[in-house]
Amino acid sequence: MAHTYTPGLKVTEQQLVRKSRILPLKGNVLVRVGQLVGPDEVVARTDLPGEAKLMNIANLLNVEPSEVPAHMIRPEGDAVREGEIIARSKSFFGMFKSQAAAVMTGTIEKVNSVTGQVLLRGPSLPVEVRAYVSGKVVEIREREGCVVETWASFVQGIFGVGGETNGELMLACQTPDQQLTPELIRADMAGKVIVGGSRVTAAALHQAIKSGVRGVVTGGFDDKDLRDLLGYDLGVAITGAERLGITLIVTEGFGDINMAGKTFDLLKSKVGRLACINGATQIRAGVIRPEVVIPMDAPVDTSVAGKEHVSALDIGSPVRVIRMPHFGRIGVVSALPPEPRILESGSKARVLEVDFDGERAIVPRANVELIEG
Amino acid sequence: MSIDPAQIKVILATDCGSTTTKAILIQKIGGEYRQTHRGEAPTTVEAPFEDVTMGVLNAVAEVGELAGRRLIDDHGRIITPATETEGTDIYISTSSAGGGLQMMVAGVVRKMTAESAERAALGAGAIVMDVIAANDKRLPHEQIERIRQLRPDMIVLSGGVDGGTMTHVVELAELIAAADPKPRLGASYKLPVIYAGNKDAREQIKNELGAMTDLYIVDNLRPVLERENLGPAREKIHDLFMEHVMAQAPGYRKLMEWTDAPIMPTPGAVGNILKRVADTQGINAVGVDIGGATTDVFSVFDGVFNRTVSANLGMSYSISNVFAEAGLPMVMRWAPFEMDERDLRNRVKNKMIRPTTIPQTIEELIFEQAIAKEALRLAFIHHKSFATRLKGVQQQRTIGDTFEQSAAGETLINMMTLNLLVASGGVLSHAPRMSQTAMMLIDAFAPEGVTRLAKDSIFMMPHLGVLAEVHPQAATEVFTKDCLIYLGTCVAAAGQGKEGKECFTYRVELPGGKVEEGALAFGQVKFIPLGDGEEALFKAKPARGFDLGRGSGAAIETTVWGGTVGLLLDARGRPLAIPENLDQRLRALKSWMREWKIYPEERLV
Repeated sequence: MAHTYTPGLKVTEQQLVRKSRILPLKGNVLVRVGQLVGPDEVVARTDLPGEAKLMNIANLLNVEPSEVPAHMIRPEGDAVREGEIIARSKSFFGMFKSQAAAVMTGTIEKVNSVTGQVLLRGPSLPVEVRAYVSGKVVEIREREGCVVETWASFVQGIFGVGGETNGELMLACQTPDQQLTPELIRADMAGKVIVGGSRVTAAALHQAIKSGVRGVVTGGFDDKDLRDLLGYDLGVAITGAERLGITLIVTEGFGDINMAGKTFDLLKSKVGRLACINGATQIRAGVIRPEVVIPMDAPVDTSVAGKEHVSALDIGSPVRVIRMPHFGRIGVVSALPPEPRILESGSKARVLEVDFDGERAIVPRANVELIEG
Repeated sequence: MSIDPAQIKVILATDCGSTTTKAILIQKIGGEYRQTHRGEAPTTVEAPFEDVTMGVLNAVAEVGELAGRRLIDDHGRIITPATETEGTDIYISTSSAGGGLQMMVAGVVRKMTAESAERAALGAGAIVMDVIAANDKRLPHEQIERIRQLRPDMIVLSGGVDGGTMTHVVELAELIAAADPKPRLGASYKLPVIYAGNKDAREQIKNELGAMTDLYIVDNLRPVLERENLGPAREKIHDLFMEHVMAQAPGYRKLMEWTDAPIMPTPGAVGNILKRVADTQGINAVGVDIGGATTDVFSVFDGVFNRTVSANLGMSYSISNVFAEAGLPMVMRWAPFEMDERDLRNRVKNKMIRPTTIPQTIEELIFEQAIAKEALRLAFIHHKSFATRLKGVQQQRTIGDTFEQSAAGETLINMMTLNLLVASGGVLSHAPRMSQTAMMLIDAFAPEGVTRLAKDSIFMMPHLGVLAEVHPQAATEVFTKDCLIYLGTCVAAAGQGKEGKECFTYRVELPGGKVEEGALAFGQVKFIPLGDGEEALFKAKPARGFDLGRGSGAAIETTVWGGTVGLLLDARGRPLAIPENLDQRLRALKSWMREWKIYPEERLV
């Protein structure tokens, strides 16, 4: 196959970011093409059908299912309140009455004479979709949502937890190899997105949550701490729906691992700007990676910006090793032998030679990723 | 379609996986069918290509180049029929791209009709997202919420025997109607629902679901309690898979026009060929396919086929889940060295977030294979609990049955009667040494008695599964000659004993007249070279309390087959006894791995 290496994560100074903002069900779109929106602005809204509850009226009244419609005192389509009597059995000489009260507030949607059940439907639940990034609405998908576009600095992480949020970008660590520890979390970081260096410790993360920090961007994180944070062992990497009070974005991987210099420098240069972040990660077909989007305030000279070059693995390409024994090290490709080699593990694979500042090592091509610009 | 099998000389088959499309060419050479060439290319279902046929043509072009045969014409179409130098007589395909076939099933009683519905869906090659049953301990509103969250490709609804009570199955339909589920792909069509329950309830089901879903009615899959009738539901699932799911995926409409047989979901095709081979040879077989996200187990015991998918047991995307489900001590009991927990946890997560990496060091390989053993073991436990005799059946017993503990709901899997164990999937097929594949199979599945081990050479089973539908002879010929690579035979004694106490004595009459004989103490293993295509006469006498297939202490005499590994004798007992004490365990693991030549000697000192 043509690409035996892993395409890298994006770290770009400026690129055009387009975000589809789509409702889970059809509803109303509240913006128009050309409109400028802020990240917290609601762009579309809908009502999800309310909670449904089935009541077995036949059992409650001790009658045959086919008799249920005759015993209903509130017909299909009626709005009822919890506790309100909706069905009553016709008693023998009026002596023994059985009745059924609505188990929730809602509407009687259906009365079934085969099963003797009644379906109650609760009030509908409003669902709103926000813009997530500040930018311009460039497309409307009728009754579904819209597309918001902005020029932005863009950093893709490798793994994250927590959903969409935003805040002013602030440095917590001064260098990409500095660990993010609790004493580095200050009170003025409340409502902000803070940037760490290498690993963020569990204590620092708890301190950040306590201080009201909205997001943390870090190089590494320990799996043990992830388990403590989530309260369970994460089995499958589908995240984003957690409610932790913070969004965490890991740029490099698990363990003690420095943030790539390029990523740190880019984030450092954007301190004070609005960062829109999302920890949602899905590592399956149709990969979703967490991200940091820093929208540009001023219009961008599009003739120079966002020229995305498609990187290829070549001599001189900067790469990050993504598996032991050189895990996390960053170097430059110094040779690309075409023939497969036998690895220490005994497997045969295509390899490359990486130069880590003068020290050279052979690494399977599958175990490096390009550092993309 | 009418195909005259005698006229078929060239067969082209593709399997569109979620990442790679694999093509193979089968040709009739000297009167028999052989697989001759293979090619692969990245699958092109997702953006920016969004046309599966591009990947298919790329893979086919590669096969064509290797075979020196022109398979694609100037208009980008597969050339058919075959001539001396170009084209193919048959073109067939399977697919698991775009997440495969994802289904929800519903039945009245979880262990009866719901389980039968699940079996029908799994047998058709689906991933079952959830099983809704009247007695699944969830409240109706919770079930409705769940149905609403899931966006399956289709639903199978069953319940009630023909002529039995209707209320419960109609209640289930009511639940589905209340949830108003939407299909996974595209909002432009109604969700297909297959009703395969009590035939008397059909009208009521139509009333409930006819308007809001795309309802299909087939024969009851459990017409009477004592019998399952999964065929009609399974066939309908296949049809709808083609019509709805496949038709929604980019490029599939075109691909469907090209193929000479309906496109099958990949796992459905694998099951098809395994069942056919087991039936023809009259054997019991188990097949396993371990992937990045899921592990599929197939079994045929006494002619009954079962398939399970363990959705979150796999070696890359799901590796972390294997670790979470099995637990660290269960994984580490297979590693002949100690490792730090924090480091291990981070390694597992790093593999999960970067699933395409490969082990470079021997330590990484050993650790990965240790996890694989647990993934396989857990998937097989799941399979055993599912592949059972029909539940809810009153057994009529005679006095002769009194001592036979065969009960309804008992697993069909009997490792002592298993004849063939077939491995496929990355970690098993690409292990640097075949002995590693054999040991992963033995440790995870714990076969008993005499069991032949094999692996699928180039993951050809899906292709052959579809081929079996149109040309059974070609499919079985290629399966036996080219698809399977025999690793050898495992002979294992069931029972428990004290370490060092005799387990069994053996005598092997090897080809060429050489004889190997000896005794194995409990806790020992032994390797005897026996090459591919070779047979030997094997005689053994187990000690009291141990069983090699004929009962406790009873001698056996049988033929054993060689392979790329050889003959592996296993006196570690069943259930497999692994010492709990760390030092003893490391010593034992190293001695087994040295004897069976699993890892380089220097790493096992």
